[in-house]
Amino acid sequence: MATEAHAAEGATGYIIHHLTPLHFGEGFWTLHLDTLFFSALLGGLFVWFFKSAAEKATADVPGLVQSFAEMLIEFVDTQVKDSFHGHSKLIAPLALTIFCWVFLWNFMDLFPVDIFPLIGSLMGIEYLRVVPSTDLNATFAMSISVFCLIIFYSIKIKGPWGFAKELMFQPFGPWLLPFNLLLKLVEEIAKPISLALRLFGNLYAGELIFILIALLPWYIQPALSFPWAIFHILIITLQAFIFMVLTIVYLSMAHEDH
Amino acid sequence: MSINATLIGQMITFALLVWFTMKYIWPPLFDSLEERRKKIAEGLAAAEKGQEDMILAEKKAKGVLKEAKEQSSEIVSLAQKRANEIVEESKELAKKEGDRLILSAKAQIDQEMQQARESLRQEVAALALSAAEQILGAEIDHGKHQDIISKVSNQLG
Repeated sequence: MATEAHAAEGATGYIIHHLTPLHFGEGFWTLHLDTLFFSALLGGLFVWFFKSAAEKATADVPGLVQSFAEMLIEFVDTQVKDSFHGHSKLIAPLALTIFCWVFLWNFMDLFPVDIFPLIGSLMGIEYLRVVPSTDLNATFAMSISVFCLIIFYSIKIKGPWGFAKELMFQPFGPWLLPFNLLLKLVEEIAKPISLALRLFGNLYAGELIFILIALLPWYIQPALSFPWAIFHILIITLQAFIFMVLTIVYLSMAHEDH
Repeated sequence: MSINATLIGQMITFALLVWFTMKYIWPPLFDSLEERRKKIAEGLAAAEKGQEDMILAEKKAKGVLKEAKEQSSEIVSLAQKRANEIVEESKELAKKEGDRLILSAKAQIDQEMQQARESLRQEVAALALSAAEQILGAEIDHGKHQDIISKVSNQLG
């Protein structure tokens, strides 16, 4: 449903317009205001929902909100217990936050691609990209935070020397030290990059396909966007789940002393 | 598609969210879950115990009932026996009493018969005496003929 203003620029202009964030500042100090705003808004939504459930939490018959919150808590707790052996006060809440937040980010993808930019343009906002997970900054922010936690726990559990030994002497023993180091560093650095790029790639591609569908005549659009949206319900949940599970797995690897 | 300061902002938001979840969301919800799990386990255990108790009580009740039945049948049989005994006793008593009555009646009859016989004898003796007097035409002296009179009366008896 290309609006009049973009018709002049053609399909390319329409796509570029939809994928350009609302930004502010120059160079590195550019801020993607839409990403920051919508992720904070969705984070607030997540926190508000769970906080209201937690406030009314009782061991008796739970209400609807509490039941739903508990369902998610149990789900996350099962995942954590399956792959993480040991005690950590951080890992389960972290996993819950990641799952819910990423899911909410991705969920924004299911809104019609033009609805928020249209509302934005009525309010005088030129560019608006509402899905935070189509912004590399958002996905990398999360994966780098997880990476920091991996390094922190590796050092905390194994000690600085233990962690260094693991980097240098595994998997091929001390005689191949440089090779080991290279392999291990690539392995470690691949973790945050793969986490971030997987989520970004899936959602960016999904959003792009929605935009492409929106370029088609209106009578074809439902036939394509409806199945794609249904398929996307699976994708957004799956991506949130993968991000959470991999975080748990990486952190449990950091906790394991060889 | 450039990495920029948004990254830092997002990291701060993320850290805040994780901190908040860890501090205010996870513990109460998880605790309530645990507590409910415990409650349910307790409830199930209590239910099981209750069922066991019920089975035990049923068994006990059956035992008591059986005992009571036995006791009552015992009592009934005893009572029957006692009743029979009483009937027998009274029968015996009645028989004895009857016999006694018959005996005393017989004795009375005998006595009366004796009396009647005695009086009859005396009358007959007197009658014989007076007949003999008339035949002899003289008075028989009672004193003189005492032994004859008694002999006659003895013969009559």
